[in-house]
This record gives sequence, C-alpha cells and structure tokens, in this order.
Amino acid sequence: MVKFDIRDLDVWFGPVHALKKVSMAVEANEIVSVIGPSNSGKTTFLRTLNRLSDLTLNFKMAGTIRLEQENINDIDIGLLRKKIGMVFALPLPLPLSIFDNVAYGIRMHGMKNKKALEKTVEGSLQEAYLWDEVKDRLGESAFKLSGGQQQRLCIARTLAVEPEVILFDEPCSGLDPISTAKVEDAMVKLKEKYTIVLVTNNVKQAARVGDRTAFFLNGELIELDETDRIFTAPKDKRTDGYIRGKFG
Amino acid sequence: MRNPYRTQRIAFFFLLLATLLIVVPVGLIVVIIVQKGLPAINWQFLSDIPRHGMRAGGIFPAIVGTIYLVTGAIIFALPIGLLAAIYLSEYSKDNFLTRLIKLAIVNLAGVPSVVFGLFGLALFVVFFKFGASILSGSLTLGIMILPVIITTSREALESVPYSFREVSLSLGASKWQTIRHIVLPNAIPGILTGTILGLGRAAGETAPILFTVAAFYLPRLPASVFDQAMALPYHLYVISTQVPNVDEKIRYGTALVLLMLVLMMNLIAIVIRYKFRKMKKW
Repeated sequence: MVKFDIRDLDVWFGPVHALKKVSMAVEANEIVSVIGPSNSGKTTFLRTLNRLSDLTLNFKMAGTIRLEQENINDIDIGLLRKKIGMVFALPLPLPLSIFDNVAYGIRMHGMKNKKALEKTVEGSLQEAYLWDEVKDRLGESAFKLSGGQQQRLCIARTLAVEPEVILFDEPCSGLDPISTAKVEDAMVKLKEKYTIVLVTNNVKQAARVGDRTAFFLNGELIELDETDRIFTAPKDKRTDGYIRGKFG
Repeated sequence: MRNPYRTQRIAFFFLLLATLLIVVPVGLIVVIIVQKGLPAINWQFLSDIPRHGMRAGGIFPAIVGTIYLVTGAIIFALPIGLLAAIYLSEYSKDNFLTRLIKLAIVNLAGVPSVVFGLFGLALFVVFFKFGASILSGSLTLGIMILPVIITTSREALESVPYSFREVSLSLGASKWQTIRHIVLPNAIPGILTGTILGLGRAAGETAPILFTVAAFYLPRLPASVFDQAMALPYHLYVISTQVPNVDEKIRYGTALVLLMLVLMMNLIAIVIRYKFRKMKKW
C-alpha cells in the first residue's frame, strides 16, 4: 500500500530552489532512508511532508504530496501533524517532566483521562525502549536524561499521539554509538507498525536500517532503490561516488 | 616590555572603580534616607491621617493612594502589554508596519513622564470625563509603563527557543496551544522582570499623577475609583516645597516609606520570579 505519493515536488525558499521535481512513493511499513550531502534538500523534503516548512519565511511549493490519496494541503494541519510524527536531529525535550513530555501531544489533542494518559505514556516509553530506565523518575525534568535517553524520549513523545508515519531527521547525529544502536533497534521494530522516512548523514546507518534508500543531490532525487542495490550496484555514478565517500 | 598581567590588573581596577561609583551613590541615598527618616517611623505615622497642615500626624492616605494607583496601573497595563507582546513576537509578520510599531513602542518608553500627565489630563480627565480620579491616574500610569512591559515581555517571549515551538507544532498542537503551554510558562520570569520595572516607575512618578489624580490634602481614604487620592511621591513634593516648616524627619520618613513600598512590591515579584525560574528546565 502506498502511504506517501509525492509527485513533481518543487520547493522554494525565496530565490532558493531547494527541491526540484522530486517524485517518489513511500510504501506502508517500510523504512526509506534519505541520504545525500548537506544542502541537498533532505531535511527540507522531510519538513515539507508534515508541513513544517510552511513556518519558514518565503516558503513556496508546487506539485502534490498525498497521504493515502489525500492531498496534505487539504488535511487539517493539526490532524496531519498528528498522523505524521517527527523526531528532530538534536534531542529536543520540552521543558517539562518526562511524563509530561510524552503526554504533551495527546493532551493537546484533548485527552484528559488520567488513567488513559498513564497507559499511553507507559506504552509509548516501552515502544521506545526507555520505560525500564525512567519508570521510577517520571516526574523528573526531561533534561536530566542523557542525550541518548532524551532522543528515545522524543521518539516516545512522537509515538504517543499514534502517528502513521514517523519522520526521523538525522536522529543520531548527536549520539554515541551505543545510543545510536538503541535508536536504530527501536526504528527497525517500529516499522512493523509505522512507516518511516529516515534522513541521515550516516551512509552506514542507511545501509543498516533502510529497506530502500533515496539519494538526494542539490535538491534533486538522483536515485531511489532497494538499499542492497544502492550500496552494491547503484545506477548513477554520482550515487556511487557519494557512497564511496568521494564527495559530500 | 609590556606586561599583560599588569595591564589586566589596571583594567580590573578601573572596572571595579566604575562599579563602585554606581554602588556608592545608591548606598548613600539609602543610608541618608534611612538615617533621617527612621526616627519618624512609628505606628501613628503609618496609620494616621496628616494633621496640622501636614506638619504632624501620619501619611496613611498617601500610602493607600499609591498602592491603589500602582495596582490599578498594573491591572490595566499587564494584560494589554502582555497581549501586545504576544502579538508582536508570535503573530505579526516582519514588515514595515510591525517595525514601525516596535520603534514607536521603544520611543514611547523615552517620553518624559510629564507628557503622559498632560495626555492623561486631556484624554481621561477631560475627554472621558473621569475627572481627577484614581481611574484617570491609574490609566495614565498604566500607559506610561506599557512600553516597558511590552518590550521586556517581547524579549522574554522571543528568548524561548524556537525549537520548542517546532516540537510542539510537530506534535499537532495548534499555535495558540503552543504559546499557552510552552512559550508563556517559560517566559514568565522575564515578563515579571518587566512588571517589576513598571511597578517601580509607577510608584515613584509624580508628574503623571499631578493633573490626573493627586490631591494636595485629602485627610480620608478614597471612597471609589472615581475619587481623588493622595499619593506618596506627590505628598513628598508637597511637604518638601509647598508647605513651610515641615519637620525634616517627616519628609525623610515619607521618602523612606515610599522606598520600602516599592522594595516590598518588587520583593513579591522577585519571589514569584524565583519560583518560576526554579521550574525552568533547560
């Protein structure tokens, strides 16, 4: 089943043409990794999917993005962002307790029942492999957690609103290898229930977790294929060059 | 050869000197006022009405008047100032009009207080027919401290990291929910700082209340917001310049009470601010 159907997507920020005629489809329950050098439009691509790009000054887009056949511009923006969760590059806990961080989203969507809140918080923290580490200190500030724990908290916070798609924007760029491994484990598990788009600067990470991999360069989608194929026999020589570390 | 450590010591000396030059006058003012005013302070001075043409008795009506005026000014200026600050920092687009408004607000903070007094006289006392009253005085003081509150609140709101807003929005929260639950709670300490500055100014100014509320001599408490009232700064001016043969200690006693009153109001705001700062979690 096609989750995201992106056709001829162009994005401009003022005079800057950030994405050029990008077309791709994202299947349900797969992990699509997006790789490419910095300034290639990866993050812009991700932020356009949940309409976070709308916040940027002078943003303009052309083309269509459909989430399960429905144009994302026609979906209520609150509902759209509930359906499409996002985990940012740096761990960004809100200045609240661990519990309140995870509960924030569902509270904003109107959930008041204390029992239900507690159940969702516990479930989300478990899904993000964090529950055992924080279950006795849910009232503490989220800033007391380590970087890796904070990032898993952010994942739990995203899961709590029951999204269909999760966008990861270089989620491990600030983490040590062990924390990275934990986050990657979580992602692979999560794909059973969610569709994942992962932007990463780490080519090896894309190789480890991605079902398919997309290579972006200067705002263009150069190549999208099965991860194995991209890493063994890419069609485009620019893809090959980037993966071998010749530029970027 | 130049010795960088000696240069540093000399620089430190001048920096320290400059700091002391600021502290010394403040300390001296406080010491002199306390020294000369403290003998006047007793229960009667704080709780009695002025007697014998303000040469004896107490200053109770002036204390009450100042508290009313400052409270009124804050009730008026804080909500409006905060809402304006929220609009300017969260909603307004960065265009020529917005920049003009921001510039106007900054300039408004520099307008001499006597101009506010005349403005209050024309608008509230005469045009709205509130007469010389606590209402007119509070509104005038409120308008005077609005720019301070708007500017500091705006800075407080803008100092809340942008990433918090993005996170909140990315979870599907609306813009107002984001402001209400994430931005505002984290901006409260800064907003209170602005309020403290406003409070101090409103309590101490004479010119804005001169035409709008202050009574020369009113030996009773104001009956309603449409009543005139005595106020400490104006009372101080009156007994210092308009009434002959007022005992020096009464004058300094009045100044001391005004100083303490402002200090106490600031203290309350500082305590609240401290409580919120401790909650700050990043």
